[in-house]
Amino acid sequence: MQALVTDLGFDVLFKGTNFTRLLGGMWVTLKISLISVALSIVLGILLGVVMTFKNPVTKAICRVYLEIVRIMPQLVLLFIVYYGSARLIGLKFEPEFAAVIVFTFWGTAEMGDLVRGALQSIPKHQYESAYSLGLNRSQTYFSIVIPQTIRRLLPLSINLVTRMIKTTPLIVMIEVVEATKVARQIIDANRVASPNAAFGLFFVIFVLYFAVCWPISLLASHLEKKWSN
Amino acid sequence: MYMKNTTLFKLLAVVVAVIMVVGIMSGCSKATDADKGNADAAEASTTDGTIYRTLDEIKGSGSIKIGVFSDKNPFGYVDENGKYQGYDVYFARRIAEDLGVEVEFVSTEAANRVEALQTGKVDIILANFTVTEERAQQVDFALPYMNVALGVVSPSDKVITELSQIGTDDAVIVISGTTAEIYLEENNPEITLKKYDTYSDAKTAFENGQGVAWANDNTEVIAYANTVDGYTVGIPKLGSDDTIAPAVTKGNETLLTWINDEIKALADEQFFHKDYEETLVDTYGKAYEEELVVEGGVIK
Repeated sequence: MQALVTDLGFDVLFKGTNFTRLLGGMWVTLKISLISVALSIVLGILLGVVMTFKNPVTKAICRVYLEIVRIMPQLVLLFIVYYGSARLIGLKFEPEFAAVIVFTFWGTAEMGDLVRGALQSIPKHQYESAYSLGLNRSQTYFSIVIPQTIRRLLPLSINLVTRMIKTTPLIVMIEVVEATKVARQIIDANRVASPNAAFGLFFVIFVLYFAVCWPISLLASHLEKKWSN
Repeated sequence: MYMKNTTLFKLLAVVVAVIMVVGIMSGCSKATDADKGNADAAEASTTDGTIYRTLDEIKGSGSIKIGVFSDKNPFGYVDENGKYQGYDVYFARRIAEDLGVEVEFVSTEAANRVEALQTGKVDIILANFTVTEERAQQVDFALPYMNVALGVVSPSDKVITELSQIGTDDAVIVISGTTAEIYLEENNPEITLKKYDTYSDAKTAFENGQGVAWANDNTEVIAYANTVDGYTVGIPKLGSDDTIAPAVTKGNETLLTWINDEIKALADEQFFHKDYEETLVDTYGKAYEEELVVEGGVIK
């Protein structure tokens, strides 16, 4: 057992403050993704409503925005915001702030599209029935349309949230030291003493990501069950 | 209904715009708080949009941002207590000390070193940065503080000390995309190369006798021969000598001059020899000290 712990590099975890540093790296990941997710949900809902408008101008703008997000790799967006902004307009963003901008830009577009889809999937007769029952526009939205929309939205948006969390290791490219970078630092610092440390450390990273994403999925399936009854 | 939609849209547009503006403004002010020299730095922009902080601005701000590797042991790495260590880091600490400012290390990726200087994200790069002509057009290199060359390691019972010893049936192991591969293909096309994508693949192949020798950066092969028994670096220096030097943003004359004077002044106390003994001796051993260290910016 002792040999296994050493061979697979779990021992380096307990050297010095290594484990705390890994948790610190994970906190950076979590902080950036949670702020971005929160902003994306708020802005995405607004955008989704805008996307359902029949106005050709808003339609075109939303379309272009959505396509840009879909076509551009997140890494390119990160480079544009972090390095490009400094080069072109002399703005110096902190790397974490640049990361939040990019993830929110991405999350808002995808969330907006999900909201649009969910809103449009509510059949017209739901609105008509509501109006004929004497509900006004906002009553219809708040008691008929939005509750149904949220139910349809939930599984898809949870998928988006976990995807955003899982994409955060990219921010290492704009000089943010997050969990995977801390892991690589530890592996390299111990490359002679424990050459197999990579296995142990990335296993721990796997466990950390699982610990973050699993409760989110659990919550989603719990809500889905609760609402389906 | 359309009418209502338009009003609602206008309202939403205003809300979104306000959120965006507030977000961007808070971002700017945050950046400014973190870095007091910002406004001045922006004024010092050169015509092509590069931004840097002059020596006085760095001193005035009380801290210097130095880009180092955080996962390249023993040049720049983070130890188990979360502290930056290594040959480059040792020098970086000294620079900050002599400038009388705090040092702020920025963990850099190899591919981003030029970009980080050109966008003013760091004041100096001290990340095992090899001086090349192409890079010298994009950044300003100070005097060198280390030598690098290619090296060839082979089994101790059949040491290869000259490339001519390699027969036509023998193969030399290289890692794809490295200077070693490029050099051998250009200068010794008669040698058969076996190429591997990663360090660990090349290492396994070499240890299983897939090639008579392994060519790589000399620091890499020396470190390898020192940690694995039964292998000797027969050729410690091959090809043109390259050097490693600090780099600053192109045009940052005041900082560049200061670093050059600093490197010259540090020769009096044999600073880089001390640096070697503190950080590199465990990996490369005493024997390579003169080979690797450049003191006072003078290449022997």
